[in-house]
Amino acid sequence: MTTTTPAAPAATPPAVPAPIHHVGFGHTMLAEWTKIRSVRSTVWTLLLFLIITIGFTALFTWLTESHWTGPNAAARDATVAANPVGFILGAGIGLGQLTICVLGVLVITTEYSTGVIRSSLLAVPKRLTMLAAKVAVFAILIVIVAEIVAFACFFLGSAILHSKVAVTLSDQNVLRAVLGAGLYLAVLGILALAVGLLIRHTAAGITTVIGIVLVLPILSGLLPSSWGAHINAYLPEQAGSLVYSAHHTSGQLLSAWQGFGVFCLWTAVLLVAGAYLLQRRDA
Amino acid sequence: MIEARDLTKRYGDKTAVDHLSFNVEPGRVTGFLGPNGAGKSTTMRLILGLDRPQSGTATIDGRKYADLPQPLRTVGALLEAKAMHPGRSAYNHLLFLAQTQGLPRSRVDQVLDLVGLREVARKRTGGYSLGMGQRVGIAVAMLGDPQVLLLDEPVNGLDPEGILWIRNLMKHLASEGRTIFVSSHLMNEMAVTADHLIVIGRGKLIAESTTQEFIERSSDKYVLVRSPDAARLAGLIGAEGGKAEPQPADNGGPGLLRVTGMDAARVGELAAADRVVLHELTPRLASLEEAYMELTADSSEYGVTAGQTAPTGDGAAPAGTEPAATASSSTGSSTTASSSTGQDSQ
Repeated sequence: MTTTTPAAPAATPPAVPAPIHHVGFGHTMLAEWTKIRSVRSTVWTLLLFLIITIGFTALFTWLTESHWTGPNAAARDATVAANPVGFILGAGIGLGQLTICVLGVLVITTEYSTGVIRSSLLAVPKRLTMLAAKVAVFAILIVIVAEIVAFACFFLGSAILHSKVAVTLSDQNVLRAVLGAGLYLAVLGILALAVGLLIRHTAAGITTVIGIVLVLPILSGLLPSSWGAHINAYLPEQAGSLVYSAHHTSGQLLSAWQGFGVFCLWTAVLLVAGAYLLQRRDA
Repeated sequence: MIEARDLTKRYGDKTAVDHLSFNVEPGRVTGFLGPNGAGKSTTMRLILGLDRPQSGTATIDGRKYADLPQPLRTVGALLEAKAMHPGRSAYNHLLFLAQTQGLPRSRVDQVLDLVGLREVARKRTGGYSLGMGQRVGIAVAMLGDPQVLLLDEPVNGLDPEGILWIRNLMKHLASEGRTIFVSSHLMNEMAVTADHLIVIGRGKLIAESTTQEFIERSSDKYVLVRSPDAARLAGLIGAEGGKAEPQPADNGGPGLLRVTGMDAARVGELAAADRVVLHELTPRLASLEEAYMELTADSSEYGVTAGQTAPTGDGAAPAGTEPAATASSSTGSSTTASSSTGQDSQ
């Protein structure tokens, strides 16, 4: 390889084409898109998301359909019948969302672990611009992928359940729930990114996000019922997941959009904290 | 033109850069020299806006780095080797950086040709050698065809051919009127590359001068002479205005004198005139590396003492202590005060 290198600077750097006078946010977004598409972890994680989410949707709906009116199944059947779209989407997203959490953390922490963050900030020294472009590109990517997966899950799940419970997109709140699933996952991805930005370490970041999504609801469930229920309702994952459920259950404290709003607020708070530290800390 | 004014950076209670001020002028290669841990990399990060100084400012052509509209077109930087995602190709690493500046893809190919990596550019950088990683770093620095280049230890990991290539590239770029600021902990490397030197130790300025001046000031001429009758010879030399210092006996046997203020021919003539037998007569020029080690001995971060690093014996003590004292008395006030330090006494 070195033999191909000229030892003397016949290696004169060639002239650069005339400068583009204005470099805008679009250029920064394009660069962030190049970053995210050019590493295998993105492709692999999204593929895993697709397989897990669609796979578990098929599995759970099939198990439910095949054991309909089985022993001890009355309560479950009633829940599914009352909120079929919530059941279909929840079956796959419950696990599939973890891959989105991982990807959200990785998108920022790998920049720190590899040192790429310094290249990124040298190219775009306005750090909030870099962060905004990264969040925007990541969110758009997740929304697109997640909406495709959400619709696929819905059509697959409703087809499997069809003989027991009929549900179509034109039913009340169903379209909102399916679209809401994509929105929920996109915001969850941003929340994970914000946690990654705060912690700047891959393993710790992933652990923290999974703690927020999976462990906090369990812990709050152990609290005395009256205020435990209130805390539980306002936890990020609990509040956010309401948007992909079509029906109000009794005792539900927040409506679907209120819950989604609470979830967005959590994400915004973490992102602002992360942005503040990004601005303050040495890179 | 890079201007650092009173830069101070502390990490916890450790001061990495201590009221450092200097200018880096265009049209020449400025070497940034100091032992490991002297604060060279930190200073570069401060100039580039990656770290925030506790006090002081750093500007490039009069502007802070963060205020440059298309920074890579003004400043190119090589910081650490292989600061790349191991799963991303060199091409894509350069591509995303080019996109932030509105540069076309063709520019990525141009800089890959410049560093001779076009054939492997589509491979993931995880498999690159240190030298290849360093070349990608150079390509990144050259991407925007910048007028100012900051290179932190660019020859690290390169083979001799690569070192020569970098050296010539830097000289060529400087001859085009660009500002080249290159750090190293190796004096000899800087002696052949840099036109101007900024020497720091423990975050403080120790010396700032042209390389030529630095070499002249630092070069310590002396003569080694060995004789079975060393005491008498020392007396003869002393009587003729020279200075002869006995050297430790373990240095190749007894009877060794280190003579200053007199050339080898004159020592030989004196010995012949008084029929003193000589076993050895060697004119010596203290290497630049030795002079540099003396200069920075007191400010070396990782604890070797001045006595251990000084190969020329007692000459080291005044040379080693004086510049540090001068530097600390002039901190924050003026750079020119420190530029006259060094081996003035010799």
